[in-house]
Amino acid sequence: MASSIRVRATSNGDITEVQTLIQHPMDTGLVKDAKGELIPAHYIQQLKFECNGKDVFVANWGTAVSKDPYVKFSFKGAKKGDDLKISWTDNKGGSDQTTAKIA
Amino acid sequence: MTTHTDPHPTRRLILQGAASVALLGLGNLPFAPALAAANDKYPEEAFKLKNEADAIKALFGKTAEPSDKVKLDAPEIAENGGVVPIAVATTLDKVSSISLFVAENPNALAASYKIPDGTMPAVANRLKMAKTSTVTAIVEADGKLYSATKEVKVTVGGCGG
Repeated sequence: MASSIRVRATSNGDITEVQTLIQHPMDTGLVKDAKGELIPAHYIQQLKFECNGKDVFVANWGTAVSKDPYVKFSFKGAKKGDDLKISWTDNKGGSDQTTAKIA
Repeated sequence: MTTHTDPHPTRRLILQGAASVALLGLGNLPFAPALAAANDKYPEEAFKLKNEADAIKALFGKTAEPSDKVKLDAPEIAENGGVVPIAVATTLDKVSSISLFVAENPNALAASYKIPDGTMPAVANRLKMAKTSTVTAIVEADGKLYSATKEVKVTVGGCGG
């Protein structure tokens, strides 16, 4: 299966800009389906970015983050060609991870 | 024979001692949540709280002061409450976390980002908003909390209502 994580990490001098899009329903547990039954909560709780063995960004999310979440941030200390490892875990114990090369 | 005289005076002392230890243990509890924002653990409790003030307290254990050094970029009007683009940036130094709260959502805390050393104190993301509400960004810098608040008008709610 294709990874649920799409990342674009671009180096611009000393600063690396990271844009990430993750495919995830981010169900709040408050919405009903067509049959009128509540769709149970299903959302990413933690999203981590690691570069050169160090956490560079950690997102703790609740149900209020939009479906197919997007997040953008920048960090210093990495260069072109370095690996950026991205991983997430959700409230049902699901997880995914991927590694992107900084371009 | 009187059954009421205590044959084991030491036992009572021991029980009393145990009780006071238990009380001390309880006394320490309120200080534990203050550390929640500082460590890596997912702040489960803070995300469950409905009220914004309670969530801020659970996450940080203190309150924030408004600051013009925190820039909160959110639309005046969001046509779709399911996807509201919100960005936060700050010129403050020693930022360790950025958190976002939507006061009128079923659970006020929306997202909390840990900013390690070397990471820019800025983040952009998309949030769901149940209805028109204030959005508050809280930046934790050098152990203190700074906030910026903005009202976003929502025409169609994002919680399926």
